[in-house]
Amino acid sequence: MSTVSLAPGSLHGAPAKQSYIRRLRAGDAVTHTVTLLCASSILLVTALLVIYMWNGSALPRQKFGFGFITSSTWDAGKGQFGALPFAFGTAVTAIVALLISVPLGLGAAIFLAELAPRKLSNYMTFLIELLAAVPSVIYGVLGISLVVPVLQSSIVPFLKKTLGFLPIFSGPFYGVSIFSACIVLSVMIVPFIVSVSREVLMAVPTDQREAALALGSTRWETTWKAVLPYARRGIYGSVFLALARALGETMAVTMVIGNSPKIAHSLLAPGYTIASVIANEFTEATGDLYLQSLIELGLVLFALTMVINAIAQLLVLSTGARLEK
Amino acid sequence: MTGLDARRKATNALMLSLTGICTILVASVLFIILGYLAFNGARYLSLDFFTKLPVPVGEMGGGMANAIVGSGKLLLLALSIGVPIGFFGGIYLAEFSHGTFPFIIRYTTDLLNGVPSIVIGIFAYAMVVHPMGHFSTLAGGVALGVMMIPIALRTTEEFLHGVPQSLREGGLALGASKSRTIFTVVVPAALDGIVSGMMLDLARVAGETAPLLFTALGNPFWSKGWMEPTSALPMMIFTYGISPYEDWHKQAWAAGFVLLSFVLLVNIIARTFISRLRTVY
Repeated sequence: MSTVSLAPGSLHGAPAKQSYIRRLRAGDAVTHTVTLLCASSILLVTALLVIYMWNGSALPRQKFGFGFITSSTWDAGKGQFGALPFAFGTAVTAIVALLISVPLGLGAAIFLAELAPRKLSNYMTFLIELLAAVPSVIYGVLGISLVVPVLQSSIVPFLKKTLGFLPIFSGPFYGVSIFSACIVLSVMIVPFIVSVSREVLMAVPTDQREAALALGSTRWETTWKAVLPYARRGIYGSVFLALARALGETMAVTMVIGNSPKIAHSLLAPGYTIASVIANEFTEATGDLYLQSLIELGLVLFALTMVINAIAQLLVLSTGARLEK
Repeated sequence: MTGLDARRKATNALMLSLTGICTILVASVLFIILGYLAFNGARYLSLDFFTKLPVPVGEMGGGMANAIVGSGKLLLLALSIGVPIGFFGGIYLAEFSHGTFPFIIRYTTDLLNGVPSIVIGIFAYAMVVHPMGHFSTLAGGVALGVMMIPIALRTTEEFLHGVPQSLREGGLALGASKSRTIFTVVVPAALDGIVSGMMLDLARVAGETAPLLFTALGNPFWSKGWMEPTSALPMMIFTYGISPYEDWHKQAWAAGFVLLSFVLLVNIIARTFISRLRTVY
């Protein structure tokens, strides 16, 4: 807003012109302020979210303290609220889903970035990214009517016969279970791993590959020893990103996990996650303590995903590849 | 030595074909989903689905007309909240910003984008449902609108960055003010991309269920105005999908088919458009 830059106008003393320019500048100031306010609304929303959830969970924080996270009793009738079964279910489903989807997604990313012709690669990536657009509730319906019956009729009997001695595959299987949730989740997060890892792999300089090939490496050795280590951070980033998605995933998991707040040692038993319990019980929560306990669960989930996403963003940014939205 | 070479070659062939199998596995999931939904959903789709209200369990027929209108109203609200804020915010990041403040905004935007949708639901509950004392279309629209902001903002910024600097200089050299240049030269140049990005954003929230559960709540009847609870397609899919009734499952399939067709169609159109734009720049 300095008048120094308006020197030519003021020199000739043309007040009409000067005020016109000033008005133009005022227009700039308005645009600047309006757009700044809109951009800052992001900070406002985030701040309000934290403030509300912190204040909104005052009761259980006072009453249970850290016991909220370590207690495994969730009994609305007795006014006892412990988050452990939900934290356990959330962690187990997310980790097992990652164990399935990371090798699968990374394999696909390697194929798409290193082997496939550019055109085929773009086409396949397009299809895989469409998978990420399928609404969660549709995965849920398919989980109920496709994944659960298939697991029940063939996969789980086979697992019990071959790996039944392992405690994680013991006990009866009723269809809805932690295992079903893991399968559905793994399908849902695979597109994120593929698309981010592919970007990261494609950002690896060609020199890196040529050097390894020139030393006599096979294509696979080049990928495994020269390309993957170079892209390490970005791949970790894609895994963290997928982890955050898995932790916060609500509808599909709610529909297939069985919604039972117990800590089971078997994957075949029903379970519960933080996001599902909020989805199921929020509207039914009677009494402040109950509602506030659910809000505190939301706060835990929020903090967890924020931290994991922050790490993921930094990892991917540090490799120089831009995050696909 | 030849034995070692043979083993290296075998490993090479094995691992490379495994990566191909991974790709086929992942991509085939899309076709399974599409095929299964098209097979089950299209069968149960009828004109009634689009024109009639849901009927109680046991009665035959009925549709989800109220849920379709409800989804439309929710998306309209979401658009009118998410698009302006995201659009102007994106202009700020692309045209006015320098220093660490925009970095903070960019970073927070990406983090907010990663916040689970159920948590955004709690936010809308706190901001709208709690003060008003009842569930409403408005609250659901606010939840979806807030979810739209991060992507709307980042897409606007991205496509504005794609506009060549010379266009800005040309506008300024003709004596236009900065804001005039932005709105008459820079934004029109990037508009195609911005609109496509907003469409993708809209398609994403169109399928959201979790943030609506305790904001829009659901409603078996027509919802009048903006202050009553309303139903929405994704919520109907959820309620009907987990119900024990065969009739309701059929309705859920039909609804799933309609929702998925909408979401995928918008995605395919917008993404094709964007990829064509990217090759131009």
